[in-house]
Amino acid sequence: MIYLDHNATTPLRPEVLDAILPYMGKHFGNASSYYRLGREAKNALEQSRAVIARCIGAHTSEIVFTSGGTESDNLALRGAAQALREKGDHIITSAIEHHAVLRTGEDLQRDGFFLTCVPVDSTGRVNPDDIKRKISRKTILISLMQVNNETGVIQPVDEVGKIAQEAGVIFHTDAVQAAGKLPLDVTRHRVNLLSLSAHKLYGPKGIGALYVRRGTPLRPAISGGHHEHNLRAGTENIPAIAGFAKALSLAAEQMATTVHRINDLRERLESQVQSRIADVRINGSGAPRVCNTSNMSFGSIDGESILLHLDLRGICASTGSACTTGIPEPSHVLTAMGVPASSAQGSIRFSLGRDNTEQEIDMVVDVLTEITFQLRAITSLKAV
Amino acid sequence: MSADVNDWKELYSKEPETEEEFVIPEGPLLFYNELVIDHFTHPRNVGELEDADGYALIGDPSCGDQMKLWIKVREGEIADIKFKSFGCPGAIATSSMCTVMAAGKTVAEAKLLTDDDVIAALEGIPEHKQHCSLLGVNALQEAIRDFERKQGGEESPAAP
Repeated sequence: MIYLDHNATTPLRPEVLDAILPYMGKHFGNASSYYRLGREAKNALEQSRAVIARCIGAHTSEIVFTSGGTESDNLALRGAAQALREKGDHIITSAIEHHAVLRTGEDLQRDGFFLTCVPVDSTGRVNPDDIKRKISRKTILISLMQVNNETGVIQPVDEVGKIAQEAGVIFHTDAVQAAGKLPLDVTRHRVNLLSLSAHKLYGPKGIGALYVRRGTPLRPAISGGHHEHNLRAGTENIPAIAGFAKALSLAAEQMATTVHRINDLRERLESQVQSRIADVRINGSGAPRVCNTSNMSFGSIDGESILLHLDLRGICASTGSACTTGIPEPSHVLTAMGVPASSAQGSIRFSLGRDNTEQEIDMVVDVLTEITFQLRAITSLKAV
Repeated sequence: MSADVNDWKELYSKEPETEEEFVIPEGPLLFYNELVIDHFTHPRNVGELEDADGYALIGDPSCGDQMKLWIKVREGEIADIKFKSFGCPGAIATSSMCTVMAAGKTVAEAKLLTDDDVIAALEGIPEHKQHCSLLGVNALQEAIRDFERKQGGEESPAAP
């Protein structure tokens, strides 16, 4: 099997599994308990919190553990919007956010908030001035992802952070696809809120965190006990938290070398595909991108057909659009970039990871060459 | 002790009503079955017919799948049939099966062919993909209408 879908999820690193297992076994205590077993759990919890805080330049007390990126985004948007309702009702985000942000924003609209989605240019990047222009006295929250999950395009978070700070607006960034690929620093980004997820960086599923800058008004999304500074009730998932801390610290330590190697592999994939296959466009290639993501549109063929052919040969990739309802829904990200619907329908996302090899990339290029030839022989559209 | 107090015990002692309750769904390796996969990887009757008696263009590539289908009719029977498709695996496989089923049938028989027949012949396709099977059948019916229009001496849209 060749796994090229690391933006969907990543395999657990063996070191991470080693960090998890003790807390799945004899160190099973509840971090809120008084006795030694509980204190051990509490210790693991707070050490993990400190490790994660250090990786993003935050204070330990500013990390809130959640069940993952989606919950972090929900807590950030709902929590800030509700806490600031007296102050205003306007939220700004971008058209290419993850559904965890977009759907939450739409839900807040139903609760009476106003949502502005700024567009992106054809390279898939937000213009900070567009956000600046939309800020009004009623604006309480700006949310902009750091890296787009479909294209890998890096968004101008630092610039928007500056704009938000000057306007006195709370700023959230979804850094789920950035962690492990870009150096994160909450001071440089000038964010109030930052979402993280463990399973995108070789950690376990079901765990994430929200960075909450001191003094950021936030209403809890889940109420109950006094866990996580009263912002996220529920007994802490200590095994997953220990694994998350290990995964993030390994990713941060090894980032420079890993990023370089993966970038070379992506370059190999894209240059070979473009030299061997006609009518391929690489979406987002005109903007700065993280090292691992390549979103390709293969003209006059359907993405799911490519995906199934790849799957039959043991290659894992993904497509942003899905024909599930009778009306294919092209990816909202590619649509926002102005990619025509028929091209968006033929788009495939390859997202590389630390275990991929040059041999794997070469095999994928060979298979893609065959598949596109085969599907273009069937297509009713004029193939190149 | 009232009956209510012991109700929960029934949950633990209850025998499954049917065996099926405990059967883990086997299913194919992929969510398409082997036959569908075969028609997707080796679609039958792909191509174009130069002097077709009936032609259809169905769908719109700007909003989804598109399909072209050609038929040749000899003595009231579909003597040759070819298709091309810009579509998902479900559309390609069902169109392929549709052409296999229509080939050799009389025009009257082919007119009765439905998307349900195609799905049955493929031993089922995933529910959210069933709409794809309409593409082939609709193209076939449209090509037959085109053939009949030509028989009636009317003008028809020219095949490219």
